[in-house]
Amino acid sequence: MLTQRLLLSDRGGMLVLGLVVLMAIIVPICNLAVPGDSPLHVSNFTVGLLGKFLCFALLALSVDLIWGYAGILSLGHGAFFTLGGYGMGMYLMRQIGDRGVYGHPELMDFMVVLNWQELPWYWQGFDMFWFAMLMVLLVPGLLALAFGWLAFRSRVTGVYFAIITQALTYALMLAFFRNEMGFGGNNGLNDFKEILGFDLAAQATRVGLFIASAIALVLGYLACRYIVTSRAGRVIVSIRDAESRTRFCGYQVESYKLWLFVFSAMLAAVAGALYVPQVGIINPGEFAPLNSIEMVVWVATGGRGTLFGAIVGAFSVNYAKTFFTTYSPETWLFILGGLFVLVTLLLPKGIVGLFDRFRRKGEK
Amino acid sequence: MNPLCRITPRHTLPAVLLWLTCLLPLHANAQTTDSAPEETPSTAAAEAQQPTFEQLVQQLAGGSLRDRAATVNQLSSQSDERLADVFNALVAGDLLANKDKPPVIAIRDGERLTDALSGADLTGTQRLRRIPVNNSLRTQLRGQVAQLNLNHPNTDKRYAAVERFIRDGVDDETAALLRAHQQVEDSGRVQDAITTALAVYQLQSDDRAIRLAAIDELSGSLEQEARNALRGIAENDADAELRSAAAEAIESIQSRISFYRFVENLFFGLSLGSVLLLAAIGLAITFGVMGVINMAHGELIMIGAYTTWGVQVLFPDLIEWSLLIAVPAAFLITALVGIAIERGVIRFLYGRPLETLLATFGLSLVLQQAVRTLFSPLNRSVSSPEWISGTLSINPVLSITYTRLYILIFGLMVFFALMLVMKRTTLGLKVRAVSQNRAMARAVGVRSSWVDALTFGLGSGVAGVAGVALSQLTNVGPNLGQAYIIDSFMVVVFGGVGNLWGTLVSAMSLGLINNFLEPYAGAMLAKVLVLIMLILFIQKKPKGLFPQKGRAAAD
Repeated sequence: MLTQRLLLSDRGGMLVLGLVVLMAIIVPICNLAVPGDSPLHVSNFTVGLLGKFLCFALLALSVDLIWGYAGILSLGHGAFFTLGGYGMGMYLMRQIGDRGVYGHPELMDFMVVLNWQELPWYWQGFDMFWFAMLMVLLVPGLLALAFGWLAFRSRVTGVYFAIITQALTYALMLAFFRNEMGFGGNNGLNDFKEILGFDLAAQATRVGLFIASAIALVLGYLACRYIVTSRAGRVIVSIRDAESRTRFCGYQVESYKLWLFVFSAMLAAVAGALYVPQVGIINPGEFAPLNSIEMVVWVATGGRGTLFGAIVGAFSVNYAKTFFTTYSPETWLFILGGLFVLVTLLLPKGIVGLFDRFRRKGEK
Repeated sequence: MNPLCRITPRHTLPAVLLWLTCLLPLHANAQTTDSAPEETPSTAAAEAQQPTFEQLVQQLAGGSLRDRAATVNQLSSQSDERLADVFNALVAGDLLANKDKPPVIAIRDGERLTDALSGADLTGTQRLRRIPVNNSLRTQLRGQVAQLNLNHPNTDKRYAAVERFIRDGVDDETAALLRAHQQVEDSGRVQDAITTALAVYQLQSDDRAIRLAAIDELSGSLEQEARNALRGIAENDADAELRSAAAEAIESIQSRISFYRFVENLFFGLSLGSVLLLAAIGLAITFGVMGVINMAHGELIMIGAYTTWGVQVLFPDLIEWSLLIAVPAAFLITALVGIAIERGVIRFLYGRPLETLLATFGLSLVLQQAVRTLFSPLNRSVSSPEWISGTLSINPVLSITYTRLYILIFGLMVFFALMLVMKRTTLGLKVRAVSQNRAMARAVGVRSSWVDALTFGLGSGVAGVAGVALSQLTNVGPNLGQAYIIDSFMVVVFGGVGNLWGTLVSAMSLGLINNFLEPYAGAMLAKVLVLIMLILFIQKKPKGLFPQKGRAAAD
């Protein structure tokens, strides 16, 4: 029954999820078990890259859930992603212990540089993994709750919501750039050593993180799918299409939007938390408004309102980004910018929509 | 060829230049007359017999002390700008000469040697000797120098002369001189300084009543020296009444100083507000009136700033005029870019604001990268014309930089010009008609697509003009626009979409709030606080400070 609802009725999703699962099985095998000189060997670099893409796909999923289904364009999802990342980063920093450059048993290197005497209160407890993960979910969730509650209650919608979420992430960026905030300022958090006792430099740990990201993506997809196919999901779609009408029918439009927004923010935060140990650094630059807008483009390129389209978009745009920034960095912004324009003008339904169009033509 | 065609360019150019001269601010003209000393000697030479300033100065080097006194007398009847410096150096023993014919006359200022006549730096030893003076000549000179500086045509020089009196201490002789000059002085600033100088002098008097009166007089002065003199009395004087009077005077001075600090803050806040206004005002048209989310607005500002740079690179001899040339040039260029954006992209996206946002954001990336590829990712240096640099000191504690003052004025000018266009011209009428009810406007014969393009061009052009102004304040680089885009949107949203007055009020108040928060919170945190405040404010009043009312608002 549930399988029918979540998967079988969703052929595109099934296909994409199948590919993700396949990747999660084949890539680790080809990386660890296949010898380095074999053509089937997957390099460590590729594993890291694909792991990053998986996190981005989860992030794109969270954007699609809120934008594609509720019609709320958030240009601040980068903030939730980065906050999640900082939560994980703080845990990883505490794991360094006295192995930092200055060898202080408790304080981070940047705190020693700032001449701080003791650990700030908000760093307490982050040495425990469960607490850090709780915070990864709670802090962005509460921020989204407070922000969304204020915004939706006073019926800030559409472009206005987009702009103030952008201002939110911009404000957070400026705040985190300050050294006094106690998050490493400009440099952010980096130089991590181990996670849950596993050495972060070891390839096995990296593969483990890769598999964890894939599992998170699959679970996240199923959760999103569960929401959008539920009764609440239908209400959410109707809010997107006719907000006032839904409100007149007696639905609490604000609370539907709010809870969806909070869930989406937490999903983004999980993506951030998985992303940080894989790239080994988190800094305030991640809050940059451009990043948040880029996420929206992944979704738009893949096809909004389909969930699996977001995954397709995240993978294809980021693959293109990696390709162009390595081979001709000058052109990447031209291409990204052009993509924004082309997708909005010519491909309102994204890549997924393109396939649909071909299929329908074929049927005729 | 028509002979007219050949004549016109030659005749119009001076005419245009003349017209532009009228636009140049007055003090720029004042400065150009000041900095033309070479004219004076030539006119003096025309008067045949009289020795020129140069000859007289060179005469100083030789002869006996008595000859020198005669030369000084002759010199003091000259009205040359360099005279004060020469006399000052002579008194201080810093006027040097060698034995050449004619001798090189040099002024020593610490380690530096400058030619007294040409003002050029002198390097290398030229066997310069001090020109000797005795006490009687020195006394004669002191009076001359003081008088000379006091009678200088430049207000700032006169003011500096009085300041020097206060600093060096006032004796009976200079007090008499100051009293005499006070009668003829026409600048209030110098008048005040003289009053302070006299009061400082009277403080040394033996008569208690005079000293009390002097303290009373000084309580209105903002000069640093006045405060020092008062502080000396408040702490050390034997007379208790004088001590308390001085302490009171200091207190009243302090309260006035804090008032001027407040005024200064106010001005800086308004100036920051005018920057925000300039950045946001184009957006107030495209976003506020047309409802188009143009994320490439910041890049249009950037193009305007680069136009200023381009004008300066193309016409390196015309730096003084560059801003006046750049304003219309930037308007045209950015307006054309804007129209191209509207025709090429935005036209297809009317009624889909979120898509417009994304598409224009893409355009902004393309424009940024285009600038990076075409010019350089590095900042370009834009120079400021002479007339826009410098400071205007109103009193000893309050001074204002001309750049900020002009940008404030310019911002308001642009605002009111735009206001006029919107309220008084046919285009403005059509713009408002289309924005209020597109279908009805079309029905009565307004070509709405044409109006859309022009409106967007207007808003973009204003952004370009803003870029010209901003090029004088910030670094001109590919990221210039990004720094302003969020602020601009905030200003427009805060003020109320579709309301130009709201934009003005919101820009100014955001500037003020930011500036008054800064001393307490630091620049970065002040900005964060303002953003958070705005976010909360928008939740409270989603339609801004001055929401549109009536049918135009109903959508």
